[in-house]
Amino acid sequence: MYRTRIRYCGVAAETLTIDLGDHRGSRSARAEELLQQVRRGSSVRPDRSTQVWPVLPALAELLPDGGLRHGSTVVVDRSPGLALALLAGPSAKQAWCAVVGVPTLGVAAAAEAKIALERLALVPQPGQRWSETVAALVDGMDLVVAAPPARLSPRETRRLAARARDRGTVLVALDRWDGADLRLSAADGQWEGVSAGIGRLRARRLTVTVQGRGAATRPRAAQLWLPSQHGEITTAEPSATPTALEATG
Amino acid sequence: MTALRTAAVWSPDWPITAAARAGALDDPDVPVAVFVANRVVTCSAAAREVGVRRGLRRREAQRRCPELVVLGHDPDRDARMFEPVVAAVENSCPGVEVVRPGLVAVASRGPARYYGGDAALAQRLAQEVDVPVMVGVADGLLAATLAARAGTIIPVGAAADFLSPQAIEALGRPELADLLRRLGIRTLGAFAALSARDVTDRFGTDGAIAHRLAGGLDVRPLAARRPVLDLTVTTDFDPPVQRVDTAAFAARSLGARFHEQLASHGLGCLRLGITARTTKGAELIRTWRHDGALTAAAIADRVRWQLDSWLTVTGVQDENDGIAALTLSPDQVVPHVGHQLGLWGGSGETDERADAALTKVQGLLGPTAVVTAVLDGGRDPSDSIRLVPWGDPREPARIPPRAPDDPPDATPPWPGRLPAPSPATVFTTPQPAEVTDDAGHVVGVTGRYAVTAPPTWLSLDGVRQPIIGWAGPWPVDERWWDPETARRRARFQLVTGDGAGLLAVVDGGRWWVEARYD
Repeated sequence: MYRTRIRYCGVAAETLTIDLGDHRGSRSARAEELLQQVRRGSSVRPDRSTQVWPVLPALAELLPDGGLRHGSTVVVDRSPGLALALLAGPSAKQAWCAVVGVPTLGVAAAAEAKIALERLALVPQPGQRWSETVAALVDGMDLVVAAPPARLSPRETRRLAARARDRGTVLVALDRWDGADLRLSAADGQWEGVSAGIGRLRARRLTVTVQGRGAATRPRAAQLWLPSQHGEITTAEPSATPTALEATG
Repeated sequence: MTALRTAAVWSPDWPITAAARAGALDDPDVPVAVFVANRVVTCSAAAREVGVRRGLRRREAQRRCPELVVLGHDPDRDARMFEPVVAAVENSCPGVEVVRPGLVAVASRGPARYYGGDAALAQRLAQEVDVPVMVGVADGLLAATLAARAGTIIPVGAAADFLSPQAIEALGRPELADLLRRLGIRTLGAFAALSARDVTDRFGTDGAIAHRLAGGLDVRPLAARRPVLDLTVTTDFDPPVQRVDTAAFAARSLGARFHEQLASHGLGCLRLGITARTTKGAELIRTWRHDGALTAAAIADRVRWQLDSWLTVTGVQDENDGIAALTLSPDQVVPHVGHQLGLWGGSGETDERADAALTKVQGLLGPTAVVTAVLDGGRDPSDSIRLVPWGDPREPARIPPRAPDDPPDATPPWPGRLPAPSPATVFTTPQPAEVTDDAGHVVGVTGRYAVTAPPTWLSLDGVRQPIIGWAGPWPVDERWWDPETARRRARFQLVTGDGAGLLAVVDGGRWWVEARYD
């Protein structure tokens, strides 16, 4: 009697018991069975829900896991700039990102957010085949940013979220997604740096609120500079004194 | 084992000859140069006489030769126009292999005996072709190619001595040559003197192939046995392929499949046989050769070039004809397992996974639906970005390639570009808007770029909002020398009452919102 436990990526996949005593004559059949079981065991995927993509420090303070959990679904409300800021951390760690159905995306802003453009694929007009496109990208990319069409059915929503969970891909939906793990919304954006005819847009103060499910039901909010005067994304001090900035512009 | 006796037929400055044959040049004797990103890559003999050289900037080249005709780089045209030359060489020798547009190789032992010696064969080949060519005969493709540049014949067994003093760049592997040069290895002889085992350890299969070539040997002994596998890949087209762009996409997917199949057996191929069957039943065959295993992209390029030349120059006869089936078959299979990563990076597993997914989406939506962006020169947010279909080379069209000693994130200055931060939303078509002053009059911009009144109200999409901050007008006066395309605009940055930032322009007295800083 042999007892073997197959481990794969730290997960106990299957415990199998093989009795070699009964079938002395058919060793190859036993070996074949053993091989089958090993294969079955190996096909179990590693548990990705514990892996997290790092994000910029200012955003990490707000997110429940300190980053984007693999396979999670995130909604970013009313701010393409915030969605780009979210991609910056993973992109620096060689993640592949795709943006689907956002023909208006300002790619220069993505480059300024330090997203590696060579690993940022854009599908501006998926048209009628939105779901197929997103499904194909979820299979291959690490993060997929998608603007869902108005007529997306709840069934399709669930199917894509499940696919993302299975593949370990982070799905970032713009503006709406039912049953998302996390919701980031931006409000009270205030641009600074211009006054009557002089200066230029330099920095923006933005309130970002994060609300999740489970342990993160209570919303967390913070004021961020997105971007700051130096083009970075940092946490802003709660008391706003925009006059100092206007003076420099 | 010495290498196979090979004759190389090389056409100098092929891109220029190709352009002349394609009708892109009126007078073939004027000085001509082909530029990529503002640098000369090829120039004609007339241009060389007045001092134009490879690598020269366009401005400098035009200073040395004001009447210089500037041509764009077009690898597809080069390949397309080469097909008749290959066919002409094939008239006198069987078994022609295309190495790249401008260079073909022939196994010359048989033909040389038939025509009465290497010199007679070289003369015969040069006469057969209707473009100026140089012919070289030597043992092995590398030596033959270098001999063709000098137009000489290297006697049997003398290839290693001929190769030894040549610069390491002659291998045609820029990354490897660069690295070897930094390691102090400057000639093929010095590289060949290294132990084959050390080279294989460090540089993998491709390095080992390069090492054998440098020593004047053949690549083939790497293949211990010939696998009895059917590795050909065939696809049928219904409807038949008639357009070049459809052919290009077919080439990519078939090339990827072919490469994947070879790679799954741990193999690479040195020769690629491309066979097409036309709707009218004609069979077209061409062999491409490359010393070293071809990558998926290199296979796709060669298939595309070949289909392009068959579709537009020879092979396909009229509008009703098309390519109905395409077969890729490997010839001279070598084991290709030593994919060594490290010294100059390489593609990982995730890159391949991403590439597969993006290619699949291209299959769904069409090849141009999936793009990546390259930063380019331009004044507007939409101009400063160039979108490149997935799989095409990511090169900016307007700014020159970065020099090796530049810092990695340096972009050259572009006067008139908007300062950072850039808008996160750039409208595909500018949104009509109206900006008024306190009295309700539309704000205008004078010929001297001054506002007629301070802007205070913005109407966009039927919503009226106060303007709490504005900057501008910033003049954009483009192409003023050409009345057809001239554009004169004034740009503003506006901050509305809710704190949102907008990029607005005044063009011909009307206001447009081009982008939103959100």
